Amino acid sequence: MAVRSAYLARKGAKAEKSAKKSDIANSGFTAEEELKAYRDMLLIRRFEEKAGQLYGMGQIGGFCHLYIGQEAVVVGLEMAAMDGDQRITSYRDHGHMLACGMDPKGVMAELTGRKGGLSKGKGGSMHMFSREKNFYGGHGIVGAQVPLGAGLAFANKYRGNQNVSYTYFGDGAANQGQVYETFNMAAIWQLPVIFVIENNRYAMGTAATRSTAASDQLGMRGEAFGIPSEQVDGMDVRAVKEAADRAVEHCRSGEGPYILEMMTYRYRGHSMSDPAKYRSKEEVQKMREENDPIEQVKARLLKANRATEDDLKKIDADIREIVTAAADFATSDPLPDDSELWTDIYKVA
Amino acid sequence: MPTILMPALSPTMEEGKLAKWLKNVGDQVKSGDILAEIETDKATMEVEAVDEGPLTEILVPAGTEGVKVNTPIAVIGAADAKPAGVAAPAADAPAAPAPAPAAPAVHGAAPAEMADPEIPEGTEMVSMTVREAIRAGMSEEMRADKDVFLMGEEVAQYQGAYKISQGMLDEFGPERVIDTPITEHGFTGIAVGAAFAGLKPIVEFMTFNFAMQAIDHIINSAAKTLYMSGGQLGCSIVFRGANGAAARVGAQHSQDYAAWYGAIPGLKVVMPYSAADAKGLMKAAIRDPNPVIFLENEILYGKSFEVPKLDDWVVPIGKARIARAGRHVTIVSFGIGMTYALSAAEKLAADGIEAEVIDLRTIRPMDIATVVKSVQKTNRCVCVEEGFPQFSVTSELAAQIMTHAFDYLDAPVARVAGKDVPMPYAVNLEKLALPNVDEVVAAAKGVLYV
Repeated sequence: MAVRSAYLARKGAKAEKSAKKSDIANSGFTAEEELKAYRDMLLIRRFEEKAGQLYGMGQIGGFCHLYIGQEAVVVGLEMAAMDGDQRITSYRDHGHMLACGMDPKGVMAELTGRKGGLSKGKGGSMHMFSREKNFYGGHGIVGAQVPLGAGLAFANKYRGNQNVSYTYFGDGAANQGQVYETFNMAAIWQLPVIFVIENNRYAMGTAATRSTAASDQLGMRGEAFGIPSEQVDGMDVRAVKEAADRAVEHCRSGEGPYILEMMTYRYRGHSMSDPAKYRSKEEVQKMREENDPIEQVKARLLKANRATEDDLKKIDADIREIVTAAADFATSDPLPDDSELWTDIYKVA
Repeated sequence: MPTILMPALSPTMEEGKLAKWLKNVGDQVKSGDILAEIETDKATMEVEAVDEGPLTEILVPAGTEGVKVNTPIAVIGAADAKPAGVAAPAADAPAAPAPAPAAPAVHGAAPAEMADPEIPEGTEMVSMTVREAIRAGMSEEMRADKDVFLMGEEVAQYQGAYKISQGMLDEFGPERVIDTPITEHGFTGIAVGAAFAGLKPIVEFMTFNFAMQAIDHIINSAAKTLYMSGGQLGCSIVFRGANGAAARVGAQHSQDYAAWYGAIPGLKVVMPYSAADAKGLMKAAIRDPNPVIFLENEILYGKSFEVPKLDDWVVPIGKARIARAGRHVTIVSFGIGMTYALSAAEKLAADGIEAEVIDLRTIRPMDIATVVKSVQKTNRCVCVEEGFPQFSVTSELAAQIMTHAFDYLDAPVARVAGKDVPMPYAVNLEKLALPNVDEVVAAAKGVLYV
């Protein structure tokens, strides 16, 4: 079958291409960038661990989807952003908020549903926004953020600015029809949007291999619309940053959308109530030991003498302090006033 | 001898202009030849011959306006027939041009139905169709605010499936009048995203039936985000298009969504009847910082009303209008339901019953105060809509009236709604499925116990 063999040929070529890119990336960061990436990823890791702990203590209710394991994706992409760029994602959103500089206290207090939460306690883990940081949520319906993100890009194009919309979604959302409706319009209107597919290999509890055709080549789905794509080692923050630079350059120069398929992995279950019995402990363990994004940076920093163990311990201590302060705030801040039930339903002109 | 009749060129067309004859009397006509061009309010269409033979007679001359559907317009004779000629212009034309217009109508000239108290006394009124009024409302706001743009299927090059946006591409250009692919879910999400970023999109749904594909973005993305963000992220957007039954288009193209959207906190829902309200509410909807559902009706598009000639005619969202004053019974309706309500009031008047007719205009937030005030006076109420009867706008009205005016009621609130069936296609069944004037009259007499 011609189509099938074309796919297989491209698959081989792509794998070779992305391996090469990783090699280039391995020589890419300055010491400053490496340390920033380490710090930002560590903040997400420690924050999420604390959130998991607070969930277990009953301080966080409802759904809570942790990002642990995927930190390199959002941190690498943020390193390519400029002022005014927008970002939007699904309900697995804490990492994205921290990476774009939103206040950890406000995020954690939203998880606990308190007055000082970023949505005044009315949104919860899945629904936070920041006008100041151009973070547009935080969306609970799988795939819905994809046209919304293209709409942010539409506004950039309408206004004639240079900004780019970072639109994140997972391998599960990649099967939603609205994603392809959006690819089509983003392509015909040449919208400055980077579609970041975080392929963590599981759509909730269903392995991508069981739910998704050609599940190891999701970026290729853009080819039908003429949208260029790259498959990237999403566990290596330098490969992510380098691919992000190319995507951003493409979008800012008015050439339309770009797809980055980030091959990544989520260590935890889909949400806190998911025991993740659909995969083996060994699979998770192997990923953690061989590909952990933070350990990779740490090893490189030490090996290149860009930091000492003590330097890293100091960063670790700083991060723990930030996270502890966020947790303290989130558990001591009062609940929203009862009167908040009736506010923010309509905006007054 | 085959007679050519004025054809119906759309489900709701009742009349049109015979723009041009492309065959002359005496010409041989073959099946498939173009005989004439006909202008409807939506488009110019060609009429093809089905029968063959010489064109022996032209009954309606070129340029005649208001030719009713099914009027004979020409005759094709047998192969050897002699031509009879062309009817003299204006001689007994099916719809003679209107007599010389009287002085322009002036507001406050005591028409049978009550005028809008918001229109200043002495304002000049101009006749306008609902279609023109919606277009004027959008165009005025687009001239005033560069952040406003229109997107939807066929809105630009095709000039609008129902010609609402006719001419707007020429005036505003392709950056602001944007044709979309037929992907409601996707383009609605893109429009909502653009609104998050501060633009003010107007999304045209060819009909609201297709908006069911997009309802997740209307409700989950547009309506709820202000609340979910603790007031940070608003969504100023208008979703508009034809809603409810048209004529003979079957179950999937004939649903009224007023009650669906009326149920959602975070949305505003308007459903104008008159052209004046259509224009004024459109301008208010575009300026509103919240998502507004603007429900139009295909049958009303071509209906003409008096519209105030004012630089900036804006009708506030959330205010009902007393369309006709009366003291015996209150009839509440909205949108096309007003046609039944007003006709019923006229019939009731012949029996000495003075009905007060209230046009809700806005479904959400609903102006219950105006309704209650009227019911406190009349003590009886009939609520009328075309939508399905269960969990409907009229059931909400009945509940609200019971809560706020129970002690004033001399009879249970009566409702006249569409029947609890999918819309049928057959002409008789469709008629049965919709409300009618007699049902409203009967309901009014019912609550009056006469």
